[in-house]
Formats: sequence, structure tokens, C-alpha cells
Amino acid sequence: MSAALAPLKLRFENVEKRYGSLLALRRLSLQIEHGQAVVLVGRNGSGKTTLLRIAAGLIRPSSGRVILSDEAEGPRARVGFVAHQTMLYDELTAEENLFLFARLHGIRKPAPRVEELLGEAGLRERRASLVRTFSRGMRQRLTIARALLEQPSLLLLDEPGTGLDVPGLLWLAGTLRRLRDAGCALVMSLHGQSELSALATRAIRLEAGAVAADSAVTGAVEPVLQVAGA
Amino acid sequence: MALLQNAGTLLGKELRTELRSRELVTTTFVFILMVVVLFSFTFDPTSAESRRFGPGLLWIAFLFAASIMLQPSFLREQTNDTLSALRLAVSDPFAIFLAKLAANTIFLLLTEVLLLPIFAVLYNVAIWRVAPQLLLVLFAGSVGVSVAGTAISAISSQARMRELLLPLLLLPLLTPVLIASTEATAALLADDPVLRWDWLRFLFAFDVVFLTALWLFGEYLLEE
Amino acid sequence: MTETQSSARSSGVPWLSTIVVIALMVAAGYAAFFVAPTERTMGVIQRIFYFHATSAMTGFVAFLICFIANIAYLFTRREKWDWLGVSAAEVGVAFTTVVLVTGPIWAHPVWGIWWTWDARLTSTFVLWLLYISYLLLRDMVESADRRAILSAVFGIFAFLDVPLVYGSIRWWRTQHPQPVLFGGSGSGLDPEMRAVFYFCWITLLALMTLILRQRYLFERLRHDVEELRNEVEAR
Repeated sequence: MSAALAPLKLRFENVEKRYGSLLALRRLSLQIEHGQAVVLVGRNGSGKTTLLRIAAGLIRPSSGRVILSDEAEGPRARVGFVAHQTMLYDELTAEENLFLFARLHGIRKPAPRVEELLGEAGLRERRASLVRTFSRGMRQRLTIARALLEQPSLLLLDEPGTGLDVPGLLWLAGTLRRLRDAGCALVMSLHGQSELSALATRAIRLEAGAVAADSAVTGAVEPVLQVAGA
Repeated sequence: MALLQNAGTLLGKELRTELRSRELVTTTFVFILMVVVLFSFTFDPTSAESRRFGPGLLWIAFLFAASIMLQPSFLREQTNDTLSALRLAVSDPFAIFLAKLAANTIFLLLTEVLLLPIFAVLYNVAIWRVAPQLLLVLFAGSVGVSVAGTAISAISSQARMRELLLPLLLLPLLTPVLIASTEATAALLADDPVLRWDWLRFLFAFDVVFLTALWLFGEYLLEE
Repeated sequence: MTETQSSARSSGVPWLSTIVVIALMVAAGYAAFFVAPTERTMGVIQRIFYFHATSAMTGFVAFLICFIANIAYLFTRREKWDWLGVSAAEVGVAFTTVVLVTGPIWAHPVWGIWWTWDARLTSTFVLWLLYISYLLLRDMVESADRRAILSAVFGIFAFLDVPLVYGSIRWWRTQHPQPVLFGGSGSGLDPEMRAVFYFCWITLLALMTLILRQRYLFERLRHDVEELRNEVEAR
């Protein structure tokens, strides 16, 4: 890690998101700090994806505030996001995808970083292949690599283990551990990958758009994870 | 500045994608060609008649073709939700619109330029002596079509019946462009060709108005 | 809950306003057909002008309201602006339809043709198409939030296009002139005619306001019902 990770706070203040009359998130407040690895658990439809997308800045809350870093209107902290969909261009090659996003993020000389990530993700041999030809597992690796381009200080992951084989999962777990230890804040929603839940320093269970349990309050991570079967 | 740099990067992506598949330009070209041929059955294509009806037919064909060609502009970004990736990566969402409208203008212009000589031959119209001026008119008109078209593409991609909705929303909006472009083109194909700067200025005004509107309100179209 | 109750109350028929508007309409009709002097060349049929041109102006006011509502919605995200927007658009389309229908009714007895592509009528036709598209767009989006945003942006584009449409068509017509049917822009009005004209316009504006308000309240009611239904289903 070359760039130092700035202290980060992600704060939700009474965030509500309604779709018509459906309340996806109800007046949710929480704070996530620099270096925390938070695992989000909950049934389908409990609001995990909505929470992550709001944190990423993709969804605009119906009410409430989301504050990233200490200033309310602070500069965009470096946020990486791994979503349900790959968010990759099928008609471009692996390295073209990485170069594209690296340039958009404003990384001046993207080549070394792209090289590094391709190596880490085990995609060096397939760098010049169109993503369309990739397996699900390879796409997932590339998506994760893309999220890491900017050396994010906040990494949001929505069921990141989907499609990954065991080596892939081990790589992801190792990468996340390194990031966490370097001070990056991690928020990931899981559906029962024990490799990844072992990383958690905090667990939050969502139910119907509200926080049902938070290990920061209850004190222990395991019980929160276990109830949801993670 | 970052906006132009990002727009440039994204434009590169759009062009590279099209260069690989060539699907947009080829299908659009064939479509316009088909319209031009079909139209020839509806009136007697003597030189005089062609100069009367030709410009209008040409621009109608371009508008219809654009309505089809603009569909994938934002639809493509839905397949893997790459639109979200773009929104996350780019500081000013207007860069996304700029890139797409530049790409759409280029694709449209390319098909028009490829088609013009064929049109000239089929309909016995002299275009070579006014080629540069025609190019200018094509450019001005195509920018107008793309600016409005890119915005409408973003809108219709989020609605049902999007294939039908796009032309429905776009064509009335483009009435001024159709009139201005047709008039300017007709003036260039006349016996005494003249470049109508008044219509060109009008097209320019249209472009400025809609580009500004897109800049002001476009980001709302990308929200979730 | 109080909001629902109060809207239920005010969604009832506004008797006083309705009676006033009906009275005005009757007065305007009388004025147009009996008070205004008969036009020299066209005769009785010309009287339709008092409703033809005024409907166009009223429709335009409605679209202006729609435009303002669209902008307000984008900046405040309050649903009421969306309700106002769709109501104003529908009212505008209604009045514009009147223009398009009275045009031929006027043209036929006088000039022997049903339609002419004269500048103003053609522009009005395009205007009508633009706002029909606006309404169709709304029908094609299910999510209320998306519908409001997408139609607000399109509504703004449509309204910004209006001067461009009118300008380009008029300019084009000066190069390809056609007989101007409904009195050029410079045609003066007899003072008596002018009085009737403005009276008719005020009447139509009053009618527009009444219909607009009712339509807005209906939209609000529809929204409240939807909300209640969802509340019930959630239990």
C-alpha cells in the first residue's frame, strides 16, 4: 500500500429510502470507522443491498444524511464497490476494463497498478481476452480487482464471494484482511461464507430495513452472525 | 479539466466498442439506404423532383435511423450495470453524457457521409461542388439530433416499450432540427447553391439550449 | 392521517367556483356570439376565433405551469409538484386539442379546406404531440419516483423546445408562404372585439384553473389511496 489511508467515518443519520410505499430502509443510523470490518447479515429484502448502494452514493436517500469522512460535504473518499452485477464491459478485455476505470478515477500512470492487480487476481494470462469469454469466477475476480484500483479507504462488498472458487475466496479473504489491517473500512454483506465472516470486527443484522442487532452494541460478533446463519 | 478528460476516456471506450463490432454503423447505414430506396418508389426521381423532395427525405431517413441507433446508447449500460460503475468512477456525471453524445454524433455523421454519395448517384443530385458545406450542415444537424437523442435515450431506457417510446419522445422534439437541416441542405442542392448561415445559427442555438439543459438536469436521469 | 382527512374534505365539488365559471362561460359565449360585431369578410363563423385563439393561449399558460412544476419538483422532490405537473400537462393538452379541432371548423366554411399547414396551427400540432408524448412517457414508468423525475426532465426539454418549434416553423413559412388563415400576427382587433377577446380569455383561464385544481386534488387523492392500500397490505 503506497498511499496512506486517511481516517474515515461513514455515518448514516436517520437514512430512509422508500420506493413508492415500500420502505427499504427505515430511519437507519449507524457509524462505521476507519479499520472496521463490518459484516452485514439479514434475509433477502432486509435492506443490505440498499444500504450498501446508498453508502456508495449510487442511491439517493429519501431522507436523512450520509456523511463520508469528517466533513459533511467532504471530497469523495476513495470508495470501492463490488455489487451483485459485475459492472464490467463484456466487449472489452480485462486490462481494457481496468485501464478504463483507472483513468476515470484519475490515476495518472495506471499501467503499474493494473499490472499489479491483474497479477494478484490471477488474471495475467487472460488480460487480453474479452470479458465476455470469462467464467463467473474470473469476472468476480476482475470486479474485485477493479474495486481495488484506487486503494480505497472504504470498500463496500455485496456478497462478494458469489461465483468464486476456493482459491478465489482465499485470495479475497487475504486481500480484505490486508486492507482491514492497513486501516481501510470494510462493509460487506454475506450469505454464509465463513472464510470472510472470520474477518469481521463487527456484525450488523438488518431486518426489514432497520438494525436488529449490532455487535458494537451487544459486544460479541459471533451471536449476531449466528442468528442469521452466516 | 477532469470533465473533459473523463469524457475523452469514455468516448474512447464507445469508439473502441463500436470499432470491434461495427454493429451500430452498419445497421444504421443499411436502414437509411433502405429508406432512400423505398422512397424512390413514391415519386419520380428526376433531378428537379429529387432536389425538391430529396433533402426532406434524407433528413427524415436520418431521424428515423437515429431513433434506432440511439437505443443501445444507455441500454447497453444496463446489461452488467456498468452505468453504476461509471457513476462511481466519474466526478461529474455530465462526462458520461458528453461522451455518449459525441460518440452518437460521430456514428450518425459517419453513416450520413457514407450514404450521401449513394444518394447523389441514385437521385441525380450534384453534391461534390458543395461537399464541404454539406458536411457542415450534416454536422450541425447531427449534433442537434445527438444532444436531444442522448438525453431521450437515457429517459426511455428506464421505461417500458422503450423501442417505441424513444422515437415518440424524440421526433417532436427534433422538429426544429428537421426544418433547419432540410432547408440548409435544400439551399445547397439548388441551382445556385448558397450556404444558409441563418439556419446554421439556428441549429447552433438549438444545440446550445439542449446541451445546457442536459448539463443542468442530466444527472437526475442517472439517479436511482 | 390528518392530511388524508383534509384532502378528502377539499376534494368535494367546489360548488361556488363551478357556478362562477359556468356563469362566466355562458357570458363569454353570449359575448362571442351576440355582443361582438360581425366580422366583415368571414361572417358568423369567425366568432369561433374568440375560443380558438384564447384556447391556444390558455393551453400555453397550462404548459408554462407544467414547466414551473417540473423545475420545482427536481429541486424540492416534493410530490405535489409532480401532481401539479401532470395535471397542468393534461389540461394543456385538452385546451390544445380544442385549438386543433376549432381550426378546421373555422377553416372549412371560410376557405373550403379542412386543414392548412399554416405556421401557428402546425406549431400547435407539434406542441400537442410533445405533451402527448409527455403523458405517454408517464404511462410507461411504473415507479412513482422515476416517473416523476423522468417526466420532469422531459417536460423541461419539451417546454424549452416550444420557442424553437414556433420560431423555426414561422421562419420556414416565410420562405414557403402559404395563405395565412387566422389573421396574421399584425392583424388589429376592433376595440369591441378586443374586449370580447380578453373577456373570453379570462373566462378560459378561470375554467383552466378550476379543472387544474380538481385534477390536482384527484391526483393527490389517488396518491393517498395508494398509500393507505400499501399500509393495509403491509400488516
